[in-house]
Amino acid sequence: MITTEDKVYQAIGNAVMILLSLAAIIPIILMVTSSFTDNNTLIQNGYSFFPKKWSAYAYEWIFLSNRDTVLKAYGISAILTAVGTILSLIITTTLAYGISRQGLPFRGAITFYIFFTMLFNGGLVPTYMNYTNVFHVKDTFFGLLVPGLLMNAFNVLLMKSYFVSSIPGEILDAAYIDGAGEFAVLRKITVPMAKPIIATIAMFTGIAYWNDWNNGFIYLVKRTDLYSIQNLLNRLMQSIQALTQNTNASINAVEGLSQIPKETVRMAMAALGILPIVIVYPFIQNNFVKGITLGGVKG
Amino acid sequence: MAAKRKKLAANLKRYWTVYVLMLPGLAYLFINNYMPLPGIVVAFKKYNAKLGIFGSEWIGFQNFKYLFLTSDAWIITRNTILYNAVFIVVNTVFAIIVAIILSELYGKMKKAYQSVILLPNLISTVIVGYLVYAFLSNGSGFLNNSILPMMGKEPISWYSEAKYWPVILVIVNAWKSVGYSCILFLATILGIDRSIYESAKISGATKLQQIWYLTIPLLKSTVVMLTLMAIGRIFYSDFGLFYQIPMNQGPLYSTTNTIDTYVYRGLLQLGNISMSSAAGVYQSLVGFVLVLGANTLVRFVDRDSALI
Repeated sequence: MITTEDKVYQAIGNAVMILLSLAAIIPIILMVTSSFTDNNTLIQNGYSFFPKKWSAYAYEWIFLSNRDTVLKAYGISAILTAVGTILSLIITTTLAYGISRQGLPFRGAITFYIFFTMLFNGGLVPTYMNYTNVFHVKDTFFGLLVPGLLMNAFNVLLMKSYFVSSIPGEILDAAYIDGAGEFAVLRKITVPMAKPIIATIAMFTGIAYWNDWNNGFIYLVKRTDLYSIQNLLNRLMQSIQALTQNTNASINAVEGLSQIPKETVRMAMAALGILPIVIVYPFIQNNFVKGITLGGVKG
Repeated sequence: MAAKRKKLAANLKRYWTVYVLMLPGLAYLFINNYMPLPGIVVAFKKYNAKLGIFGSEWIGFQNFKYLFLTSDAWIITRNTILYNAVFIVVNTVFAIIVAIILSELYGKMKKAYQSVILLPNLISTVIVGYLVYAFLSNGSGFLNNSILPMMGKEPISWYSEAKYWPVILVIVNAWKSVGYSCILFLATILGIDRSIYESAKISGATKLQQIWYLTIPLLKSTVVMLTLMAIGRIFYSDFGLFYQIPMNQGPLYSTTNTIDTYVYRGLLQLGNISMSSAAGVYQSLVGFVLVLGANTLVRFVDRDSALI
């Protein structure tokens, strides 16, 4: 039975949510419309949802004279995300599996060793010195891949509690008695039974790698050719030159493209940076919501 | 005793492959989290790059003394704590309102709304910086060109006036986080037994009364838990938010500098290792006490939700 009160509530609720949804995407729309604005129009009238003169020149300019720089940054982001996510899943799963085994000697001490990293950390200065002076990750791909992102205690503990609560120890012990080694148990029993949590952590790790700009910002000083798409965007905000520095010669070579659409090219690049996320999002959103609920129970 | 040792030996023999499996993860934590710890002593030294951390001269608490003699120490502490406090309140209130509205809506749109408001959470901070720039840019920003003239106001040079940034940063943070935080509240509400609403309805309670007397009280424990956990992190700030969104503009430091941006600038832009490391240790220690304190309280409120 739907009462008048219900109807009123539905109407108000929908109205509020439509407004909030608009607020969420309006900045993205502004970015896209600006990127398709004629550069002079933009300089004159500012960023606008309804530009007086549309133009795809910013994209043309990027693809005709700077394709290599942009594609390379995309490629590095893609490789970083793929390698980072796979490595992270392997070391997270194996570690979580270990501390989920009830009979394991020193299990408590090892769990505390993992947990302590959530309570205390040395901060940026010692971490930076450790990575640059001891491991020399500065200006290497490892500088993007390893610091901070490769694994975190939270994901390990999250996965461990999933293992403990949804995979009965008896099954594992039975497999062991049947002669399966620990690695076989992990691969054939635990991993298949823990697919939801593994998918969730893979998704969060993948997003973290794709969106990370911090590592490149700190550890890439000279090797700008190792820039991920985020680092390229970051540099681009400071100067458009970042995009053209490697391709100075080719700009002049492309007839009619000698003028840099400085303002619109920024927004076009940002749009290209968001694009993969927007494409993937519809496919992962259900898992994303579930994952947040799962993680929320513990922090 | 002997039996115990025998059992341990047997278990070690049985589980040794598990240790092998755990090795990469344990080694990573050692490299990423434990190896840097001795480096904390740099805060008590006069750092000399040639001599390295451990070769440099000890100077006791002098770095800290200098740090706390500057006005920076007060500003970064105030900014870090106040921003986080406001974020906690604003985000929680908005997230609860959104969660309540969503929980009462019928139909398919509910899911669409949820997906859309969650989208900002997936956008990298660098790109959020661009989005904000499109609104605030001094020359061509949307506000200065379209909104302010419409209201008959003069353009504002947003990136050089510090006083506007507390509001801007709170809005940006809410834009990015509310979609995320509301999911947890929504999950709690959807877990509430619907029959109590039915009986409330029968007794004549209006929708607003149901929300006020049933939903909100039932959300209390989730709110308390999440708030306590956020308070545990109150000494840490989102570096990207405070560095990228204000575009690292000097005139804005008074309202945008937090402990994390201060440490970063000291280390990598100003080469002021002593101040930077002192601020870092200050953050680590106070942060540690707060996390432990918050976690103790959480355990007191709800054992299962505590970190350990």
